[in-house]
Amino acid sequence: MDKFTVHNGLVLPLDRANVDTDAIIPKQFLKSIKRSGFGPNLFDAWRYLDEGQPDKPNAGRPLNPDFIMNKPQYRGATILIARENFGCGSSREHAPWALHDYGFRAVIAPSYADIFFNNCYQNGMVPIVLKASEVDQLFHDAAAFPGFKLVIDLGEQAVAYPDGSKRFRFEIDAFRKFCLLNGLDDIGLTLRHADKIKAFEELRRAEQPWLF
Amino acid sequence: MTAQTLYDKLWQSHTVHMEDDGTTMLYIDRHLVHEVTSPQAYEGLKLAGRKLWRTGSVVATADHNTPTDHWDLGIQDPIARTQVEQLDTNIKEFGAKVYFPFRHENQGIVHVIGPENGVTLPGMTVVCGDSHTSTHGAFACLAHGIGTSEVEHVLATQTLLSKKMKNMRVDIEGAIPRGVTAKDLALAVIGKIGTAGGAGYAIEFSGSAVRALSMEGRMTLCNMSIEAGARAGMVAVDETTIQYLKGRTYAPKGEQWGRAVDYWRTLVSDAGAVFDRTVTVNAGEVEPQVTWGTSPEMVLSIEDRVPDPDKEKDAVRREGMERALVYMGLKPNTPISQIMIDKVFIGSCTNSRIEDLRAAAAVVRGKRKAANVVLAMVVPGSGPVKVQAEKEGLHKIFIDAGFEWREPGCSMCLAMNADRLQPGERCASTSNRNFEGRQGTGGRTHLVSPEMAAAAGIAGHFVDVRQWR
Ligand code: SF4
Repeated sequence: MDKFTVHNGLVLPLDRANVDTDAIIPKQFLKSIKRSGFGPNLFDAWRYLDEGQPDKPNAGRPLNPDFIMNKPQYRGATILIARENFGCGSSREHAPWALHDYGFRAVIAPSYADIFFNNCYQNGMVPIVLKASEVDQLFHDAAAFPGFKLVIDLGEQAVAYPDGSKRFRFEIDAFRKFCLLNGLDDIGLTLRHADKIKAFEELRRAEQPWLF
Repeated sequence: MTAQTLYDKLWQSHTVHMEDDGTTMLYIDRHLVHEVTSPQAYEGLKLAGRKLWRTGSVVATADHNTPTDHWDLGIQDPIARTQVEQLDTNIKEFGAKVYFPFRHENQGIVHVIGPENGVTLPGMTVVCGDSHTSTHGAFACLAHGIGTSEVEHVLATQTLLSKKMKNMRVDIEGAIPRGVTAKDLALAVIGKIGTAGGAGYAIEFSGSAVRALSMEGRMTLCNMSIEAGARAGMVAVDETTIQYLKGRTYAPKGEQWGRAVDYWRTLVSDAGAVFDRTVTVNAGEVEPQVTWGTSPEMVLSIEDRVPDPDKEKDAVRREGMERALVYMGLKPNTPISQIMIDKVFIGSCTNSRIEDLRAAAAVVRGKRKAANVVLAMVVPGSGPVKVQAEKEGLHKIFIDAGFEWREPGCSMCLAMNADRLQPGERCASTSNRNFEGRQGTGGRTHLVSPEMAAAAGIAGHFVDVRQWR
């Protein structure tokens, strides 16, 4: 997994609530057996005017000029800001894969759907929760200042304006933070407790043999 | 000892290890696997040279991508076929307790086959790379969806890293009126608390209305808890649970059955257990529900009218409503019962069990699909559901009414196969999500119960099944 320490990046303001995983990556792309290559189809139905297909090249497809991601000033954005309940819907990890593959390293929103929230961590991407009023401020400033950037400092648990004028703190579980800062893979960490898992399993087998 | 909720009990009995910040390693009893969210997990195992921790925990089937007609021709879409064949290969290489591949007589939607075969048992932790895993909570399981990295984690370690959620009780009291179903209760709850209302909670559904539901109904209710934002929904064990499980293929037998039942009876919230939030619904006041927008919380009763965004004060909500109305092609204040439909879909892990098909068949018996309805399809949840329905002659009732009778699978619930809406088409659907494009790019979904979908297919528009004759 990629390490995440400090990230300085361009902000894309996606001013919608309840952005669901079907919107983030439509189902036809879920037929892939790979983990990568979803970036060009991120927000496919909003981003293009025609219907995307997994076997169809994306170059040359007509872009929806009204969709914010297609505006030239947001090219190269790496931080997405959105409204409440971001990532609701299915458990598809293809959603964070697509965001990450496109280049996003962090999402900032007032709230997330639980499964999406967990899935982000598995991919070196930070789902940051800020207060609704703080997110409002970010939307306002992203609209007011072209090329609006933010600095995310995971160690400090802070989102800051590059000129230092504003700074918002965020919460993150110590364990998740530790894994992200060090780029650690959960499976490797868990297997350090293999003996404990085995012992637990044997007890369970004795007590509830019908489960095995 | 302090009084515990059902969720507290399930959580405690599966905790292997806990980090200082509360991150907990939970033991996983049952891992359901399907073709869409597993290939990258198996590939990860292979790349890291890891083995499967416990083959006996895995139950697999192919459902999302499989066609629902012409099974003799196999899977026509080459990309879908590759994915389904990849599952065959992975199961062959890594093993499973049970595997129902494409065209197997027991194949079906992953959340239908688990309970049906008795591989979902009370007190289990059940995970699957699919958000509707919450369905299995109907059996007093801690059951929820996980992402593909977590699928790999469970395959390799038999555990899941998780943090404890808060407890919510949704208490549904009173007699359920005729024409109102578990689906309507679920939609009414979502309408009440919103699609994010359950985020961070595990929901326990309780109350006399829930006790009165069959296991099928409870599964419908738990299935939709994810649409209320809660990863997990559950119902305590009672006689209905135990009777349902008795004699199922993989349910315990003989001496073990007695021991199991004794334990299962403890899977209820203790008297006096504390819930962080309680929501109460009066079942007697619930009317048949129809969603009008692009989120399950955009739901109303059949007697209502499409809402007017001008009356919404909150700007973010108003914009969401306006966007939804444009997408859905609806005008404010239109009576719901005047919305004309093009297609009907009866199926999905929400409503494709035998009870659902019986209810829909009772509505269409002796009638004909409306001329404006171009397609009405009934997709049973599994091979055994299909066989049972055919034994009862339900398929004939549907076919005589002009409905299509298909092979089992997820089908038009998410439209990964050939079953989908064309742009602009409007569908009365018994599935669980009405998101933009969910049933096909540009398609318009209205979520309803099987009875309501069936009646809309006959009338050509939504109608109140309470007045159906
Ligand atoms: S029927 Fe629909 S919701 Fe259920 S598992 Fe299949 S795709 Fe998911």
